[in-house]
Amino acid sequence: MGRGPRIGVFVCHCGKNIATTVDVPRVVEALARHPGVAYAARHEYMCSDPGQDVVKKAIKDHRLTGVVVAACSPSMHETTFRNAAEEAGLNPYLVEIANIREWCSWVHDGPVTTDKAIRITRAMVEKVKGNHPLEPVEVGHAVKCLVVGGGISGIQAALDIADAGYEVLLVERSPSIGGRMAQLSETFPTLDCSQCILTPKMVEASRHPRIRLLTYSEVESVTGYLGNYHVTIRKKPTYVDPDKCNLCGDCARVCPVRVPSEFDQGLSERAAIYVPFPQAVPSSYTLDEVNCLGLNPLRCSECSKVCTVGAINYDMREERIEEDVGAIVLATGYDLYGKEMMGEYGHGTVPDVIDGLEFERILSAGGPTKGEVRRPSDGKVPKEVVFIQCSGSRDPELHKSYCSKICCMYTAKHALLYRHNVHDGTAYVFYIDIRAGGKEYEEFVVRAMEDERILYLRGKVAKVFRDGDKVVVWGVDTLTGKRIEVAADLVVLAQAMVPSAGTEELARKLHIACGGEGFLKEAHPKLRPLEALTAGIFLAGAAHGPKDIPEAVAQGSGAAAKAIAILASPTLTHSPEVAEVDEDLCSGCAVCVPQCPYGAITPGDVAHVNELLCEGCGTCVAACPSGAMRMKNQTDAQVKRMIQVALGGEPVEVSRG
Amino acid sequence: MAEAPFEPKIVAFLCRWCAGAGADLAGTSRIAYPSNAVPIRVNCSGRVEPEWVMEAFRSGADGVLIGGCHPGDCHYVSGNYKTRRRVYLLRKVLAEMGIEPERVRLEWVSATEGAKYARVMKEFVAELKKLGPLSLERKEKEPTAAPVLPRVGS
Ligand SMILES: Cc1cc2nc3c(=O)[nH]c(=O)nc-3n(C[C@H](O)[C@H](O)[C@H](O)COP(=O)(O)OP(=O)(O)OC[C@H]3O[C@@H](n4cnc5c(N)ncnc54)[C@H](O)[C@@H]3O)c2cc1C
Ligand code: SF4
Ligand code: SF4
Ligand code: FES
Repeated sequence: MGRGPRIGVFVCHCGKNIATTVDVPRVVEALARHPGVAYAARHEYMCSDPGQDVVKKAIKDHRLTGVVVAACSPSMHETTFRNAAEEAGLNPYLVEIANIREWCSWVHDGPVTTDKAIRITRAMVEKVKGNHPLEPVEVGHAVKCLVVGGGISGIQAALDIADAGYEVLLVERSPSIGGRMAQLSETFPTLDCSQCILTPKMVEASRHPRIRLLTYSEVESVTGYLGNYHVTIRKKPTYVDPDKCNLCGDCARVCPVRVPSEFDQGLSERAAIYVPFPQAVPSSYTLDEVNCLGLNPLRCSECSKVCTVGAINYDMREERIEEDVGAIVLATGYDLYGKEMMGEYGHGTVPDVIDGLEFERILSAGGPTKGEVRRPSDGKVPKEVVFIQCSGSRDPELHKSYCSKICCMYTAKHALLYRHNVHDGTAYVFYIDIRAGGKEYEEFVVRAMEDERILYLRGKVAKVFRDGDKVVVWGVDTLTGKRIEVAADLVVLAQAMVPSAGTEELARKLHIACGGEGFLKEAHPKLRPLEALTAGIFLAGAAHGPKDIPEAVAQGSGAAAKAIAILASPTLTHSPEVAEVDEDLCSGCAVCVPQCPYGAITPGDVAHVNELLCEGCGTCVAACPSGAMRMKNQTDAQVKRMIQVALGGEPVEVSRG
Repeated sequence: MAEAPFEPKIVAFLCRWCAGAGADLAGTSRIAYPSNAVPIRVNCSGRVEPEWVMEAFRSGADGVLIGGCHPGDCHYVSGNYKTRRRVYLLRKVLAEMGIEPERVRLEWVSATEGAKYARVMKEFVAELKKLGPLSLERKEKEPTAAPVLPRVGS
C-alpha cells in the first residue's frame, strides 16, 4: 500500500458517561469508513491500562501514522495517550483527543448526539492527517542569575538563588545595598527596628561565596533570550578601595563640599566623599564625582591627603562587566511621588510639610535628629501633628488612581511612634478609609486608634498652608460633616508609591512592559504574577507594585524559585507547537512583530520566530498578510479541512441519526 | 410529510483556556444545550482567522461562534483584544457582502462560566433560526468578488 495516512481512531464508552447518549458502535463504524482511517476500535475505558494497550497494540500492528482518541476533554488525558503512543513508538504530537464527553455526550440527548460525536471525531482525524512529528525544543543555558536592585526583595532573591548553589550577580545602583528598608525606623506591625533585621541580610549577601555584589552599578544592555541573556553592566568608579577603607571618616571631615544627603531624604548634609549610612554594605566610602570640586584636573585632593591607609585612588576608572546569565530578577523598588506635585498641600515648599520617608528618618535613631521628633524648619518638638493618608493616591483626577496599599499601615505606625516620642503631643490622621489587610495589621491599627488615642478623622484635606510658624490644615470630617481646621506644627504626607526613577528605561532595555502607572508588568495578573512577559525575566518587590516588606520578601523568594527552575534544569525544553515562518512566502513586512506579546519575533529580510519564547497563541499567524507565518500542527489548511468535515461536507456525507 | 424544521449549522472556535474550559464545565455540570455547533479548539481566540469564518460559511455553516477569555484575562495577555478588533472589521465586510453580521458571534466565556456557554449556544441557535439558512451561492456569485478580509495588523 501507498504512503497515505493510516490513522487509528479509538472511541471510549467512558462506562456509561459517553455510551448512554452516544451510539459508540455507530461512531466506530462511521469513522472506520472515513478516508485515511486504517483502524477503528472502542473500549469501556480507553484510559485504563487495557484500553491504552489497545491503542499501543494497534499502533504497532497497523503501523498507524496518527491516533485520534474520542473520549473526555483533552485536559484530562491528552498526556496519557501521548505518552502511551510514544511508548509504542509513535511521535506523541501525532496523537489528538476528540472531546465527545464534556462537549457532547454530557450536554445533548437523542440521535443528534451521535451525529455530533462523529463530526467532532472526523474533524480531529483531518487535523491529525496534517500533523507532523515534532520534538520538544531543547537548548542549553547559562547557570548564573542577574538580580537588579539591592533592596530587601533583591537581597532575598539573591540569597535564595545563591543558597541553592547558583552564582548571582547583584547589581545595585547606589553605593550600598539595603534599599528603602535601610531608611525605615521601626517596622509595622511588630515594631522591630528595621536596620537590626536588615543588616544581617546585607552582610550575608556580601559574604556569600556565590554572590558577586556590584554596587554603584547599572545595567547597560541586555541581549539574548531565556536561558541565554548576555548582560553588560557599568560599574562607576568610587575612587575608594573598599578593601583598604576602614570607615574612619577623616576624608568626609576635611571635604569642603556639603550637599543634601539622599539617605536622610535631604534632612541632613553629606560631603562629596561619603558613606550613605554607617551599616552600608560594602562598608566603604564613595567619592561622588558629580559633587567633588574636581578630579580631572584635581582641584582639591584634601581627602587623599588625610587618608592614612591610602584607600583613595583618583585614577580609578569605570568598569564594564559582561556576563552570560540564564535568568534575570528585577527588584528595582519604588520612590515616593513628589511633594512638589501636591499643589493643594503647598507644592513641597512648606518646610514642615514632609513625606513619610522624611518622617522615618526623623524617627530613626541614626537619623538627622537622632530619633527625637523635631521639625525641619526650626528643630522644635511638634505638639500637634497631622498625618494625611492617600496623598497622591486614589485620586484619578489629579494624581495616581491606585491605592498605594501600605500607607494606612505606616501612618498608624508613624502616629503611634510619634505618641511614644512626644507624650503630650496630639496626632490627627486624615483618611478615606482604612485598608489593613494583612496578618495582625487590623489589630495594629486598632491599637493605634484606641490605646494611643490618635484622632482618626475620616475625610479629605482640602488645603494645607503656612501661617506664621504653624501649618494650617483645612479638612472635612465626612462622618460628622463638620469642617475641621487644625493649626499644626508638622504635617506628614503619606505620598503615593511610584516606580523608582529609571524603571521604564530599564524595562525598555529588557524589552519588557510597564503597566499604565509605570510599574513592571507581570505576564498574567492572576496566574503568573512573578514573571515578566519575556521568558526568563522575573519581578520582585515594589518594582511590580506597592508592597510592604513581607510581600517584597515573599516575592523575592518566589522569583528566586522561578529563576532556580531555569538554572537547575539540564537543558530548557519547550513545547514545539509554536509558530514558524515560511521564508519563501515571508515578505519581511513585520506586521507580525508587534502582535507577539512575548517579543518572540525578530524582523528582518524574513521574520524569525524564537521557538523558545513563542507560547503558541497564534495571533501572529492570523495577522500575517502573506500566509507566511504558520502554526505547527495547526495550519490553515488543517483547520479548513476540520471545518469542512465538521460541517458534514465531503469526503463522507453524514447521515442524520 | 412536513419538512424537518431548520436546524442551523454552527462552527464554534473556542480558546483552550477560557471558552473551551467553560464548555468543559457546562459538560461536567450537565447543563444541556442544543447540539448544533461543532467546536474546534484553538489556543487563543487570537488564532482565529477571518478566512476560517468564510470557509465555514462556504462549507455550509449558518453561523460561527468565537469564544475567548474576558478582556484582561487572555492567557496570552492580549490575543482577545486583537480578536475583538478583527471580528468588528469582519462583520463590516460581511455586511457589505450581504451576509448578516450577526452570523458571527464573539463571546467572552470564562472557565467558570459553563452556564454562560450553554446560554450563549441556546441564544445563538434561536437567533440563527430566525435568520434562516445562509445561502452563500447567491452572495458569492461574481467569482472576482473575493472579499478582502481584515487582518489584525491592519
Ligand atoms: C514611609 C514608609 C514606611 C514604610 N514602613 C514599612 C513598615 O513599617 N513595614 C513594612 O513592611 N514596609 C514598610 N514600608 C515599605 C517598604 O519600604 C517596602 O516594602 C520595601 O522597601 C520594598 O523593598 P524593595 O526591595 O522591593 O524595594 P526598595 O527598598 O525600593 O529597593 C530597591 C533597590 O533597587 C535599587 N535600584 C533601583 N533602580 C535600579 C536600577 N535601575 N539598577 C540598579 N539598582 C536599582 C535601589 O537603589 C534600591 O536599593 C514603608 C514604606 C514607606 C514609604
Ligand atoms: S507578517 Fe508574515 S510576511 Fe510579514 S514579516 Fe511576519 S511572517 Fe513575514
Ligand atoms: S504564536 Fe503567539 S507567541 Fe508565538 S510568535 Fe506568534 S504571536 Fe508570538
Ligand atoms: S487564551 Fe482565551 S482568548 Fe486568548
